[in-house]
Amino acid sequence: MALTAGFFYLFAVFSVVAGVMVIVAKNPVHAVLFLILAFFNAAGLFILLGAEFLAMVLIIVYVGAVAVLFLFVVMMLDVDFAELKAGFIKNAPVGLLVGGIVLVELILLFLARGFGLGVAHEPAAAMPATDSGVSNTEALGHILYTKYIYFFEVAGLILLVAMIGAIVLTLQHKAGVRRQSIAAQVARTPKDSLEVVKVPSGGSVIPAPDGQS
Amino acid sequence: MTIGVEHYLTVAASLFTLGMVGIFLNRKNVIVILMSIELMLLAVNINLVAFSHFLGDLVGQVFALLNLTVAAAEAAIGLAIIVVYYRNRGSIAVDDVNIMKG
Repeated sequence: MALTAGFFYLFAVFSVVAGVMVIVAKNPVHAVLFLILAFFNAAGLFILLGAEFLAMVLIIVYVGAVAVLFLFVVMMLDVDFAELKAGFIKNAPVGLLVGGIVLVELILLFLARGFGLGVAHEPAAAMPATDSGVSNTEALGHILYTKYIYFFEVAGLILLVAMIGAIVLTLQHKAGVRRQSIAAQVARTPKDSLEVVKVPSGGSVIPAPDGQS
Repeated sequence: MTIGVEHYLTVAASLFTLGMVGIFLNRKNVIVILMSIELMLLAVNINLVAFSHFLGDLVGQVFALLNLTVAAAEAAIGLAIIVVYYRNRGSIAVDDVNIMKG
C-alpha cells in the first residue's frame, strides 16, 4: 500500500509540474514535450486506478497522435513565438485570480462533500473482481460492444467527421499542377481518341519537315 | 496511507485549473491555448476514471473513452484551422481573428 501511495505521489507531482511547465514554457516545442510528460504521468495514474486499457489508449492516442500533431504544426508554422509571448506578464494577474478562484471553489466543494463518495450506488456495469481473471480490457470490451454499442459507433462517427473536416480544411489545389483526371480517363471513347485517315497511294499524311520535299 | 478518491480529484482539479490559467496567460498563442484545453480534458478524464474505480463501475471508463475521442477530434480540427489561418494571414495571433467579422 505504501508503494501505491508513493507511485501516486510521484505521478501526481510530475503531472502537475509538467502541467505548469506547459503553460509557462517560452518555447512551444518544450510546451508540447511537457504535455507529453503530463500525459505519461496521467497514464501512470490510470494504471494505479486499474484502468490499463485507458492508460495504453492515452499513450497511443495522445502521445502517439495528438502530441505529434502539435509538434508537427509548431515546427511547420514559422511563427515568432517571442512576440506571441508578449502579453504574458500583463495577463498574469487576471489569470492567476480566475485560476485561484476556481481552485478554491473546487477544494471547497470537496470539503463540503466530506471527501468521499457517500452515495448508495448501483453500478450500471459492475467492475470485475480482481481475482476473477477478467482483465480490464476484456471487461471494457464486453460492455462496449454490447450495451454501449451505439456509444461506440458515435465515437467512430465523431472521428470520421473530424477526419473529413481536417482534410476539407487543409486540402489545397495549386494552380498549374497537372493531376490525373480519372473521370476524363474513364469517359474516353474510341470515337474521340482514334482517327481513321485515308492515305493516298505514294503520298504521306505525315507533314513534311521544313526544307525537304 | 491510503490513496482515496479525493487525492485523484485534487490532482484533476489542479490540472484543470492549470489549463484554465494557461488560457489566460497565453492569450495570443492559439497553439498553447489548444494545449491548455487538452490539459483540461485530461483532468476530466482523471476524474471519470477515479470515480469509475472507486464506485466499481466500468461506465466511467467507457465515458472517458468517448472523452478521449472528442479530445483527439478537437485537436485535429483545431490544428487544421490554425494551419489554414496561418496560410491566409501569415501569423497565428489570436488578436487578428476579428478580421473575419461579418
